[in-house]
Amino acid sequence: MSRIRVLVGTAKGGFILTSDGLRKAWTVEGPHFAGWEIYHMIGSPVAPDRIFASQTSGWFGQVVQRSEDGGKTWEAVGNEFAYASTPGTHQWYDGTPHPWEFARVWHFEPSLSDPDTVFAGVEDAGLFKTTDGGSTWSEIAGLRENETGRRWQPGAGGMCLHTIVLDPTNDERMWVAISAAGVFKTDDAGATWSPANVGLQSNYIPDPDAFVGHCVHRIALHAERPNVLFMQKHWDVMRSDDGAETWHEISGNLPTDFGFVVDTHAHAPETLYVVPITSDAHHFPPNGRLAVYRSRVGGNEWEELGAGLPERDCYVNVLREAMAVDDLDPCGIYFGTTGGQVYVSSDEGDHWSAIVHDLPRVLSIEVQTLP
Amino acid sequence: MIRVVLPQLLRTLAATQREIELDVAAPVTIESVLDVVEACYPVLRGTIRDIETKKRRAFVRFFACEEDLSHGPIDQPLPELVVAGVEPLIVLGAIAGG
Repeated sequence: MSRIRVLVGTAKGGFILTSDGLRKAWTVEGPHFAGWEIYHMIGSPVAPDRIFASQTSGWFGQVVQRSEDGGKTWEAVGNEFAYASTPGTHQWYDGTPHPWEFARVWHFEPSLSDPDTVFAGVEDAGLFKTTDGGSTWSEIAGLRENETGRRWQPGAGGMCLHTIVLDPTNDERMWVAISAAGVFKTDDAGATWSPANVGLQSNYIPDPDAFVGHCVHRIALHAERPNVLFMQKHWDVMRSDDGAETWHEISGNLPTDFGFVVDTHAHAPETLYVVPITSDAHHFPPNGRLAVYRSRVGGNEWEELGAGLPERDCYVNVLREAMAVDDLDPCGIYFGTTGGQVYVSSDEGDHWSAIVHDLPRVLSIEVQTLP
Repeated sequence: MIRVVLPQLLRTLAATQREIELDVAAPVTIESVLDVVEACYPVLRGTIRDIETKKRRAFVRFFACEEDLSHGPIDQPLPELVVAGVEPLIVLGAIAGG
């Protein structure tokens, strides 16, 4: 029977939750790196026991940890993220020029074919790559040196490159998302980049349909449809059918289209999930009622999935990295909250239960389906 | 031997006790002590000072003999009591964030 390993990054350490394919009984291990913020933990798709963890602290900086045994033991690897050229400036919150400074790794994206190759999205927004399993990191500078770079500005969480999406059918193509700059796309393995924000409408910025400057919270792609991307923007759930050349809104009947996460079903490319959050000022579910929303038709038509989730007095948030799916059939859906709960549904979202109730603030969730 | 006290998160990261003892060649300065700390515990590279610029991280402070040495020259000799191993150099994480 398959096994499931859930990698949970929290504000005070990393946790590993394991179960068999039934997803009913869970073992909780951790905290790993207690006291540190674990922004992201993720395994290599081609070597699942190789896991990378972003261990970070406002006091003591960035550490990168690697495990070769599924998280039982860890080794600190390279943590030098030096921008490849004179960093220059981007915009600060007040619009003044601000020097580019490395703060932390928000996201690792392991290669789909090589266990030694991993991309890292960092704050201040930049894209790095290792080809030696994390010992050394080099910047893919074409992104930051994009002509729009000096106009990028931070979102509330910092100016972070938080999402990296690899095209499973084309090694030369990838997309990244930066808060609050937007989506950028490369078709030449990172040498050159172009903004990919046509169709986005953000009424809270001076130019609502600007080329860059949109606060994109998350983008997701289904491997079977590499030209179809889904986006949870600050406000608005969006879709692209042409590889992010253009976007259109699919918020439809959602109770609010503000939120952070979006993910796709493992086996149904037109099925996607979001967690509506009340507003940019109220980072909690509408009316204190926590619910995932699912569309089975690629957006616009959404159904509330709340069975087993708190129906009242719930004022947590679900952060952008804190939802993932497994590869089993029926597909399992997982998300973590700022209140420390990790929820699982083993039936595509119809019913939910908490794996754990009281972890620290959950920053990220990744799921591995193991043989 | 030079005594260095590390903050809790760095002790667990480096798998050390609260206090470590190091052989540091004269002149004993903050810079030379940190060079030896990082040579003995490579995992601490970048956690106390920037890897490239060697600049002290903003929320890290250096104390010895009840004096704040955070803002002095890093190549200035440390107090005699530290050099003699009587008092430790204390690496302290700023109290911030609750």
